Amino acid sequence: MQAFSDLLERLILTPSRNGKIALLVNYFSTQDTPARGWALAVLTGELDLPAVKAGTIRKLVEARTDHELFRLSYDYVGDLAETASLIWPGSHGANRTPPIEDVVETLLGATRAEGEKLVAGWLDQLDPKGRWALIKMVTGGLRIGVSARLTKVALAEMGGIAPAEIEEIWHGLEAPYESLFDWLEGKADKPSPDIAAPYRPVMLAHPLVTKDKRDDPDAIDPAMIDPAVFAAEWKYDGIRVQAVSEKGTRRIYTRTGDDISHTFPDVLAGMDFEAAIDGELLIRAPNGEVAPFNELQQRLNRKTVTKKQMETRPAFIRAYDLLVEGDEDLRPLPFRERRRRLEGFVGRLASERIDLSPLVPITTLEALEEARNRPPAPEIEGLMLKRWDSVYQAGRPTGPWYKWKQDPFLVDAVLLYAQRGHGRRSSFHSDFTFGVWRAGEESDELTPVGKAYFGFTDEELKQLDKFVRENTIDRFGPVRAVTATADKGLVLEIAFEGLQRSPRHKSGLAMRFPRINRIRWDKPAGEADRLETLQKLLPADPLTEG
Amino acid sequence: MIRPDLLLKPTPKGLYCPPGDFYIDPVRGAVDRAVVTHGHADHARAGHDHVLATPETLAIMASRYGEDFAGTTQALEYGEAVEVNGVTVWFSPAGHVLGSAQAVVEWKGLRMVCTGDYKRRRDPTCQAFEPVPETHVFISEATFGLPVFKHPETEGEIAKLLDSVEMLPERTHLVGVYALGKAQRVIKHLREAGYDETLYIHGALEKLCELYEDHGVELGPLAPATLETSERGAQERFRGKIVLGPPSSFHDKWGRRFPDPLPCFASGWMRIRQRAKQSGVELPLIISDHADWDELTDTVREVDPEELWITHGREDALVRWAELEGRKARPLRLVGYEEEDT
Repeated sequence: MQAFSDLLERLILTPSRNGKIALLVNYFSTQDTPARGWALAVLTGELDLPAVKAGTIRKLVEARTDHELFRLSYDYVGDLAETASLIWPGSHGANRTPPIEDVVETLLGATRAEGEKLVAGWLDQLDPKGRWALIKMVTGGLRIGVSARLTKVALAEMGGIAPAEIEEIWHGLEAPYESLFDWLEGKADKPSPDIAAPYRPVMLAHPLVTKDKRDDPDAIDPAMIDPAVFAAEWKYDGIRVQAVSEKGTRRIYTRTGDDISHTFPDVLAGMDFEAAIDGELLIRAPNGEVAPFNELQQRLNRKTVTKKQMETRPAFIRAYDLLVEGDEDLRPLPFRERRRRLEGFVGRLASERIDLSPLVPITTLEALEEARNRPPAPEIEGLMLKRWDSVYQAGRPTGPWYKWKQDPFLVDAVLLYAQRGHGRRSSFHSDFTFGVWRAGEESDELTPVGKAYFGFTDEELKQLDKFVRENTIDRFGPVRAVTATADKGLVLEIAFEGLQRSPRHKSGLAMRFPRINRIRWDKPAGEADRLETLQKLLPADPLTEG
Repeated sequence: MIRPDLLLKPTPKGLYCPPGDFYIDPVRGAVDRAVVTHGHADHARAGHDHVLATPETLAIMASRYGEDFAGTTQALEYGEAVEVNGVTVWFSPAGHVLGSAQAVVEWKGLRMVCTGDYKRRRDPTCQAFEPVPETHVFISEATFGLPVFKHPETEGEIAKLLDSVEMLPERTHLVGVYALGKAQRVIKHLREAGYDETLYIHGALEKLCELYEDHGVELGPLAPATLETSERGAQERFRGKIVLGPPSSFHDKWGRRFPDPLPCFASGWMRIRQRAKQSGVELPLIISDHADWDELTDTVREVDPEELWITHGREDALVRWAELEGRKARPLRLVGYEEEDT
């Protein structure tokens, strides 16, 4: 545990990507299996210890501290593992560190009752840093600024190979990854997982964003591309999936390789083919069109799916690309050729669960720009541009593929509440609830319409936090209400991707993906937008229009 | 016994003593008569007509604001008492920084003690905290008033810094320290740990280090951390060395000119990793001049006042703790003291 907790602490405090990779490479090269294998499972989020949950830790801590003191501390610190590790009544002088493999292997074989006792025992023995690492490890969700992807990049560097090689076999491997480390250290051949219908690493696109709109630093200006060499198709608002059916095994993967087959037996049943398809998972509305994302959301993240859910919200895949057909790997072929094969494939299939994503036959920038902002259906987010000659590459290569989203909607809203953030923002108010004007009983009043956590720079966050502290009129735990009247209040320009009806919200609507686009220090709060403006953007009510 | 709030009461300008007509550490604007517990800028402001403080605190104020920082001043040694309009005032050491004091205020048989800022652990640069017996009302600071704040042993934190300097000799260790108190204490601890090389200090630290030396705190070889840009490669001499300065200076140009800088920060806030991360600190050193949770609660138990008043910091948790202990406690909610001990 000692080396692992040192690693976690250094990772969280090392800002540079290369610095983190160096720390990971160093750790994996100097530690032994199975310790490093379990560490890898923790870092990639693959370790599931059913014997311990975050609730277990909470319960253990609350049994040892006053609940009010714990609550105040947690509000301040903003991270359960950190709070629990610091507030835990440590016994002086006790500092025995159990090896990571002992912790994991013991917990894997433990019941929940046993897990609770084991963890309590270790927490008593460890110092605050060890406790922190242990809690992070057993509850998952590290939040230390290291993604599974970065960890795999470090492994690739350690073995002197491309990260895609690791991605390719990753889903067939199991912790503590003995065969993987043997391969990386040149002691054995590349493991060939005998998993049927494996996942293939997905190809992603860079965003195109007009220069004057600040957003993503990786974004590319559309004026810089030549539309003639690109195929265009619609970008649907579902989730990107890979549907693989090989030698009798059928699987649906998310773009990160999570197997979600069990959630979509209706689609699985329609995958009567030998191939691997890249496409968008969507729900079909009663009129045959694509249903709003909200409908799909009702079916995601479920352990089981009922017959009724499948009937009212039938899922299907709109195919974008064909990666494998029969025994043939099509990925090295240019998109033009893969597209031709895909059209033939989907045509022959005649399945109601798989249809073809149509191409948008336009080739000038102006026409594309026009099409992007006026898509034929509301469930289209924008355009995808793919070079006709692009091979299918894992990762996000610069150049071959672009996504060009619709411009977001904008609304001027007034800041109402701010909440202290979590993690690295725990000393700032970083969650902002905002509202718009509507007619009240006597005069106009502000009604909350959404909450935004990002869109601002670090510098703007400091300014927002300062405004909140100086204009607080009330406090409820970590939440502060700020001055918000027609003459005194802060206007925030909010960008969002769409609106949905929501009976759960007082305003009757919910924003999709809201973020702070600009802080309007100059604008009087009385001139912020009204609820009616937003209501006009709502899609037709499905209940009244069938 | 008279009601304590007749003797001291919170006002927007700070803690006020109506019978004595003076403020303790006034926070807003100039006042006629101020009693100042220590030299940090949020407690010791310039421009008051009359200031009563320890000789060291007066020296610190003069060094920071110039000799004419107040109309008149009166120096009061620890343990010496004066009468202010019939109210007795005396100082007891607070162990926070050089010259820091608890202000003891007595009137008609009532004794109230205002700690200012304080700590209980050893500090080789100032006199240790001395609890005042028979205190009726104890007015405690609460900067680190949450049970998550338990500062580790200072020696261990200093060792962490020295180990890092030894392990990474190609990097310049930039140590963020508050100019008054923390800087001199970290230097002194480094010396005690056997580090006798030259320490490089930011200009903002120079006068106060001199002042400490004048008061008998020996800090060993110090040199200005100045970079002569005209001379190519001049900054190379800082490689592997320790440079101390106010943390704010590390983010600007000044800090970036050092070769491969490694930002460190000596502060009690460094206990919270996410906080260290968010301020760009790579080596957090948990060294504080404020009492941690155990020091705060142990001190209240030791002083055992009839009433506990709590000011600047996380008041709610200490009030809750007092409630659980069956103690009478009240938060003062004074505004104006800095949240950070940067």
